[in-house]
Amino acid sequence: MVYQFDFSFLAQTWPAFLGGAWLTMKLTVVSIALGFMVGTLCAVLRVYAHPFVGWLVGAYVEIIRNTPLLVQIFIVYFGMASLGLKLGAETSAVMALVINVGAYTTEIVRAGIESIPRTQVEAGDCLGLSRLQVVGHVVLLPAVERVYPALTSQFVLLMLASSITSQISAEELTAVANVIQSDTYRSFEVYVVVAVVYLFLSFLYRLGFWGLGLALFARRRRLGTAL
Amino acid sequence: MVQFTSVHVFYLLDAATWTILLSLLAFAGGAVLGITLALARVSRLRVLQLLAAAYIQLVQGTPLLILLFLSYFGLSILGYRLHPVVAAGMSLTLYAGAFLGEIWRGCIQAVPRTQWETSDCLGLNRFQQYVYVILPQATRIAIPPTVGFMVQIVKSTSLASIIGFVELSRAGQIVNNSTFEPFFVFTCVAAIYFAMCYPLSLSSRYLERRLNVAR
Repeated sequence: MVYQFDFSFLAQTWPAFLGGAWLTMKLTVVSIALGFMVGTLCAVLRVYAHPFVGWLVGAYVEIIRNTPLLVQIFIVYFGMASLGLKLGAETSAVMALVINVGAYTTEIVRAGIESIPRTQVEAGDCLGLSRLQVVGHVVLLPAVERVYPALTSQFVLLMLASSITSQISAEELTAVANVIQSDTYRSFEVYVVVAVVYLFLSFLYRLGFWGLGLALFARRRRLGTAL
Repeated sequence: MVQFTSVHVFYLLDAATWTILLSLLAFAGGAVLGITLALARVSRLRVLQLLAAAYIQLVQGTPLLILLFLSYFGLSILGYRLHPVVAAGMSLTLYAGAFLGEIWRGCIQAVPRTQWETSDCLGLNRFQQYVYVILPQATRIAIPPTVGFMVQIVKSTSLASIIGFVELSRAGQIVNNSTFEPFFVFTCVAAIYFAMCYPLSLSSRYLERRLNVAR
């Protein structure tokens, strides 16, 4: 039997693919933004707060980084519901993704913070900046700038991993593909199309983060490199 | 409703051995593919470089889940009906190969330039350079990140549950379907994954520290 490739289902289903891709983008952009905040906060706590708080943050990071996202999603969606906290599929998806990417961000930003020389902090103190100003302007901004490439690749990986949320019926790109392939019996073609869409999305995200980096880090714009 | 008992715990632990087996399969396959890709990336042939780079971009730019669906559902429509473990092993191999290839390329390139020049001066050919000079040093550099990536592989095998292969995550779902205590069951599952991954993470960090001290 010679298989005939047939992509004609696209003529009717492309709006569904587009809708799925749009939801994937919405879910992941929100998760990345929230996850970045969670991660940065945790990184600051881990370095500057009381050792016990630091230990708690460390435990959070290790637990999340050493268990699969799929199981984390199940715990948030099915587990929380059984404890009485019923969340919608999309809310659970965002929550699980935020918890996940927050842990990775913590570890990456912490590395950035630790790479800032002590003398910078001392110089900031000498200039009479408050503790908060030192942490914000002298430590965090340059720290994030240094680890920005690692952060962006983690965020792109998160976007790809968001395909797993299809398993709790969040109607994002992969879930849409699953529905279409069971309607059309064109599973090979459907998943090839979706793979291409994800590929496009990951290029789009990388481009977006590159632009964002130029906008955020004035020094990089002028010198072309991180400090 | 069935009570969660030690029988379920043993069932989960039994399933965990399948997770380990699948991880080993993926690592073995990924290592072969990875070293091939890494050598292609640093080869002097432009075509090989481009092909390997394109493959890595392609695999790293698509979710593992889609790769899994392609090799399980996609290929079965094309007439190749694969057993879930074969489909999962294959897609994990393709996935791990791309990442290991990129990691190991970095390690090969981290060997100082002077080592290449010195071995050139000693009259070693390209093959001898790799075998006697470059790869032994690159291997040392490569061990910590490789152990770190093994954590990634173990976690990724959880996706095989989605195509119906009964490893730890799928076993968790099965147990949950009969006991209906999702929070407890999936926390147990997570704990077992943690018990497998955390030692790997720790040893990766330890090896990295030791490597930096030796330098």
